[in-house]
Amino acid sequence: MNWIKIKNNTKISLLDIPILDISDLRIEIISLCSALTQGGSDNSSVLAGYKMRPVGFFGKDWGRGDTRLFVVLADDRTGEFYVSSAIFKAGIREYESITKEIPAFHMFEREFYEEFNIRPKNHPWLKPVRKSLDDYKFFEMEGEEIHQVAVGPIHAGVIEPGHFRFMCNGETVYHLEIALGYQHKGVEDMMVKCPSNQLAESICGDSVIAYNLAYSKVMETIKGISVSYKAKLIRNLALEMERAAVHIGDLGAIAGDIAYLMGASVFGATRTLVINTMLEFSGSRFGRGLITLGGVNFDIDETKIERAKKTFEKVEKDVRRMVKTMLKNSSVVSRLEKTGTVSAERAAEIGLVGMAARASGLNIDSRFNFPDSQMKETGLERVHLKGTGDVNARFKLRYKEILQSFSIIRKIFGKFKEYSHEPVNCGYEVLNKENAKDVFAISVVEGWRGEIIHIAMTDNEGRLTRYKIKDPSFNNWYGLALAVRNNGVSDFPLCNKSFNLSYCGCDL
Amino acid sequence: MLVKFINLIFLLILPFLMQGVIKKTKAFWGGRKGASVFQPLYDFIKLIKKDFVISKTTSFVFPLSPLVTIVCTMFAALFVPLSNGTAIINIPAGLIIFAYILGLSKFFALIGAMDTGSSFEGMGASREACFTAIVEPAFFMIAASIMALSGNYTFDALSKIVSNAGSYGVLIIIFAVLALFLMLLIEGCRVPVDDPATHLELTMIHEVMILDNSASDLALISYGASIKMLLISSLIARLIIPESITGLEYFLYYLLIIFAVSIITGTVESSTARLRMSHVFEFVFVMSSFALIILSLTAARIFGG
Repeated sequence: MNWIKIKNNTKISLLDIPILDISDLRIEIISLCSALTQGGSDNSSVLAGYKMRPVGFFGKDWGRGDTRLFVVLADDRTGEFYVSSAIFKAGIREYESITKEIPAFHMFEREFYEEFNIRPKNHPWLKPVRKSLDDYKFFEMEGEEIHQVAVGPIHAGVIEPGHFRFMCNGETVYHLEIALGYQHKGVEDMMVKCPSNQLAESICGDSVIAYNLAYSKVMETIKGISVSYKAKLIRNLALEMERAAVHIGDLGAIAGDIAYLMGASVFGATRTLVINTMLEFSGSRFGRGLITLGGVNFDIDETKIERAKKTFEKVEKDVRRMVKTMLKNSSVVSRLEKTGTVSAERAAEIGLVGMAARASGLNIDSRFNFPDSQMKETGLERVHLKGTGDVNARFKLRYKEILQSFSIIRKIFGKFKEYSHEPVNCGYEVLNKENAKDVFAISVVEGWRGEIIHIAMTDNEGRLTRYKIKDPSFNNWYGLALAVRNNGVSDFPLCNKSFNLSYCGCDL
Repeated sequence: MLVKFINLIFLLILPFLMQGVIKKTKAFWGGRKGASVFQPLYDFIKLIKKDFVISKTTSFVFPLSPLVTIVCTMFAALFVPLSNGTAIINIPAGLIIFAYILGLSKFFALIGAMDTGSSFEGMGASREACFTAIVEPAFFMIAASIMALSGNYTFDALSKIVSNAGSYGVLIIIFAVLALFLMLLIEGCRVPVDDPATHLELTMIHEVMILDNSASDLALISYGASIKMLLISSLIARLIIPESITGLEYFLYYLLIIFAVSIITGTVESSTARLRMSHVFEFVFVMSSFALIILSLTAARIFGG
């Protein structure tokens, strides 16, 4: 058996993970990721979601200078992860690159090389991911008409650092290269040394709930803590509120970028209503401190729910009206349509995930592909959008996801009453509960940007030995680079805002 | 003499008020209270007090360009009919001096931007130069038509269109006002051509050219840009207000039109998105097409009787 299958929020013994020879593993990966998996009758999907895709490709010190490479592939159709591994003996410092066969491995292999200095041979784009940025060699084009534009790492406004290098001919971008890593702070190592909810929710400030939830779920899996149904309701409520708030904020930011002031003002104001409701629920507008191991820290009573219901009704109405007004305005649509297009084929090839992938027509949504029990009960259909992959598609998809989130929130509110007697957490004792020994656990949470994957491993004494985080931005930054090709350089900010990727989530 | 002096005073103050009114209008449409209409003036005073930061890569051109720009703009203002309906220096061919003095100021703004060696500012300069190249012939077509109609080579010709061209004159005025309003949006760097409020360097046109300017240089440049908007709106006012109205009455109509133009600019800015850069050039060509219409109306009037 070359792979072991594992579901979302479950653990397996480390000893059960197969160890293959790297060349065999490589062939296995290529065959799984390039072939369509069987039984693809799901008519909702355009293209991918059938192919397996990488969600984890990372090393771990395996004693005596050896390195063990873990590979996790996702099967979106069955909702299973395939896990396997290979061991590099101390002397072996290279292997044949997978990227040239399966481009989706591009960033993963670069990351693995950077962390463990094991070189993927014939990797087409072997550059630093987070470290040694000083000697970063940019791809360069030459020619009389070509000019370079360097943007960053320090940007105007309150944005995180990242360097963008454009190769332009006049106003047209031929190539964009994105060099990140300025925010690298060693989060994964910190997670191993002192895992906590506070640290998890600080990793990426715009996905506080999603990160904290992924961390809590993976640790609850390892510690064997079960969470009350009411706590689950509140967690999912917070997750959808976060999604709605960020999407509304981003619609406003897109409107701001094309200088459509009315949109920027209305969306800005409505987003505030959503995050202020979060403030009422948890004491923090971004939901910091809400989620804890074993449940949530704050109960939500009936009066708060009634108030929130009214607020969300208003927000939904305002957002609907504003989006309709915007999409009727020809000057707006002319900016959004056919700007920054990533085709479905290309998106599947490079392994886009989350909102950006869905806008390109791929049907990946871990809320539905890797559902937890509650998501099944809501009985919601996933958002369908015949994705054209341009800014317009991402704009509309965000709008539809906002409506979907509010509809989920309404269903959650409807259920609150019958569970009102339940406790919302298991007290603080659970924090000290022993970890299971020698296990590998995985948790995936669909944040607003896409799937956030947390993988944790423990040793034979139950100590955390490896904590792996994958943010959707890790896959999607390259999608942004492709999106701006052959677009005007002045359309870059708009493309960028439509993706709105995370620097710190990628840099970790 | 006193009238001319008062005119100068208004030249100094009105540009700030215009900017203030535009900002207030945008705030109104955005559902905000907005800053006081005097805020641009306060900003100007604040900037004047600040210290310079000058990039080491620049040469003598860089500090020179804001000065040349502002001097040229103010000099050009002397040839434009302001609040009393006649120009301070009312000489034949004042119109051509006006256009080329502004051209000189634009030239120095461009080389001042290029002098910093920044790729952003180079990009902004190339965009700005491109617009100017399209706007200038259009402006001259309009000006030449109007002068040919009246046989008068000063800006006074603007007020004599109806008396010289009769019913054609009304059409010409309508198109000329539209063309000048487009010119105001283009030269004043307003939405849908440019977004004065953005922080995104890659999308900017005018703003990106002055990224390296600071303190009083920056103050003078933005003041110069506001003066230019005032000048174009003054031309619009002169076109609209009939010849028979003079003196205080003219002044009141003048103020009304200046603020109406500001409010319309602010409203346009609030209700449309900015054009895609490649479409901006098409937008600029709309002005040329208006100019061609004016030219053909003039030809019809002169040759068709």
